[in-house]
Amino acid sequence: MPAVAPAPSAPPPPPSAVSATPPPAIVVRDLVKTYAGHPAVRGVSFEVAQGEIIGLLGPNGAGKSTTLRILTGYLPATSGQVTVCGIDVASHPAEVKNHLGFMPENNPLPEDMRVREYLHFRGRLKGLTRRRLGPRLDEVIHLCDLGRVRDRIIGKLSKGYRQRVGIADAILAEPPLIIMDEPTIGLDPHQILAVRDLIASLRGRMTVLISSHILPEIEMTCDRVVIVNQGRVVAAGAPAALRQEFFGSGHYELELAGPLDELPAVLAGIHPRLSIASPATPNPGSASGASSASVPADPFTTLRLVAPPEVPDLREALVKALVDEPRFRLRSLTRARHTLEEVFLAATQAKAA
Amino acid sequence: MRPFRILLAHELRMLLVSPATYIAATLFLLVMGFIFAGILETFAAAPQQGSPAAVFFQLFWLPVFFMVPLLTMKSLAEERRLGTLETLLTTPVTTAQVVLAKFFAAYSLYLALWAATGGFFYILQRFAGAAQTLDYGPLIGGYLFIAVSGLLFVSVGILASALTRNQAVAGILAFVLLLMLVVGTRFAGTLEVLKLDHLTALRAAVDYLQVFTHLEDFTRGVVDTRQVLYYVSGSVLALILGILGVEAKLLHS
Repeated sequence: MPAVAPAPSAPPPPPSAVSATPPPAIVVRDLVKTYAGHPAVRGVSFEVAQGEIIGLLGPNGAGKSTTLRILTGYLPATSGQVTVCGIDVASHPAEVKNHLGFMPENNPLPEDMRVREYLHFRGRLKGLTRRRLGPRLDEVIHLCDLGRVRDRIIGKLSKGYRQRVGIADAILAEPPLIIMDEPTIGLDPHQILAVRDLIASLRGRMTVLISSHILPEIEMTCDRVVIVNQGRVVAAGAPAALRQEFFGSGHYELELAGPLDELPAVLAGIHPRLSIASPATPNPGSASGASSASVPADPFTTLRLVAPPEVPDLREALVKALVDEPRFRLRSLTRARHTLEEVFLAATQAKAA
Repeated sequence: MRPFRILLAHELRMLLVSPATYIAATLFLLVMGFIFAGILETFAAAPQQGSPAAVFFQLFWLPVFFMVPLLTMKSLAEERRLGTLETLLTTPVTTAQVVLAKFFAAYSLYLALWAATGGFFYILQRFAGAAQTLDYGPLIGGYLFIAVSGLLFVSVGILASALTRNQAVAGILAFVLLLMLVVGTRFAGTLEVLKLDHLTALRAAVDYLQVFTHLEDFTRGVVDTRQVLYYVSGSVLALILGILGVEAKLLHS
C-alpha cells in the first residue's frame, strides 16, 4: 500500500539532492581500448572519491592519456564502463562534459587569441552566463597569476604562462572534476612549484586527476596514485602505503666502520631476521682512495639492512648494539625512505615481465 | 543551439580580427576588378551579346577554384593539427555544431567577398552615367546563383578540411573536388558514351548537374527549384560527410 512510509525505509534521494554518500567522482571498470588492433589500455579499473587529488602515473605509452581521453568522453572505449560523478560517459557524453574541466596533453591553445578573449570564449562555451563569467574570469586570472599577460596573444606566451592558461581554462567553469594530462611537462622547477601550489589550492573544492611521469610533484600533491604500465594498473594507493607494499618498513641505512664480515653475527643478536640487503659500498674517497694521499681515507662504508615488514622498528636496538660493540664505529643510522620513483620503478618492472 | 551561436560568433570574430582575411579580400577584389575592367573594355570596343553582368558571372569559377579552398582549408585541419579540436570537443559542444559553425563562418566570408564586387556595378552605373548599361535582372540572378552555389562549394571545402590535418592537402583536395564538380560535369556531358540510347537517363542526370547551365538559367532570371535543391542537398550531404569525417577520425584514431 503506497501510504506515507515512516522513516526506516528512506526513499532514495533524488539525484540533485545532497545525499549522505555522493557518487564517486570517477569509476573506471575493466576499461579496454585498442587502436586498430593495438591494445593501449587493457582492463584498467580504479575509483576516485569526491575531493581527492589523484595522480595517474606510468611510463610513456602506458595508456595514461588514452584513459583520460576516454574519461572526458572525447574517445570512445572499446569495452568497459566509465562513470563520472555517477553519470555514464558512454551513454551521456554531453552531460559528463558539463561536469569536468580537461586540459589535454601538450595543452593545445589557439595561437592567435588573447588570453582573456580565449578564456571568455571558453567560459561561454562551458555554459557560463555573461554576468557570471565576468567576475569568474577575474578570479581565475588572479588564481592562475595571469594578470600580467591577460591581454597578450597566446602564441607569444612562454610555456609556463601557456600552461597556466590551460589550467585556468580547466577550472574556469568550476567543474566538480578536473582532469589534467601532464600539467607540468616542460616547466622549470619554479613553474612546477607554482602549478603544484595551484593544484593544492583546489583541494577540497574539486576532485583533481592528473597524469604525470615527473614523480616528485605527484608525491607532494596527490592523496593517492594509480600506477599504470602497459595498459594495466600495477599499483594503487597512497604514496606511503605503496612504499610499504613494495619495500616493507624495515630498511635501514647506516654508515659504519669496522670488520664488516663480523657484522652478520652482531645483527643476528639484534633480530634473527635482520640481514644486509646491499653489499657495502665504500664511501667516496675512502678505501681505494687511501693510496692517493691527497684525500684522507674514510674508514666508513654505507650499507643497507633489511628486515621483513612485520618486524618492529629496530633503530634503537641497532644503535644500542653497535655502540656497545667496541669493534664497530657507527656514524649515522637512518630508516631508508623510498622515493615514489623507486616505487614506480619497482611497480613497473615487477609486472612488466 | 546556444553553443552553435557562440562558436559561430567566435569564428566570425576571428575572421574579422585576422589580417589574412583582409589581405585575401583585397587580392580577391583586385583580381575581380581586373576581370571586370577587361569585360568593360571589350564591351566598349565592340557591341556584344548580353550584359556585362552576365559575362562577369561567367567567370565565377575563377574565385571559386582559388578562394574557396583558401578560405576553408584552415578551418578544421588547423584545429586538428594544433589539437584545439580536442579542447573544443571536451566542452559541451557536438561535432556537428563545430563543423556547422566553421561552414557558416566561411560561407559568410564568401558572400561578403562577392557582395563587395557589387561595388563594381555601382561605380559603373554612377560614373558611366548610362542606366541602360546596367541590367538589374542578370545582376540579381547572378548574385543569387553565387549565394546558392556557394553553399555547395564552401561545404565541399569544409569536407576536404575535415578529412585531413594538413592544410595543404585540404586545399588541394578542395580544389580537385571543386574542379570535378564544375568542369568535370561539363566534360562528362560531352562524353560520347552518354549518347547511347539506353544511357539517356544518365545523360539527363549529367545535364542537370551542369553548373554553367545553372548559371545561365539564373542570369536569365529562371530560378529552377531543382537546381536550388541540388545545391542545398549537395551541401547538406557534404556537411554530413564532414561531420562523420571528424567523428570517424576520433573513433579510429
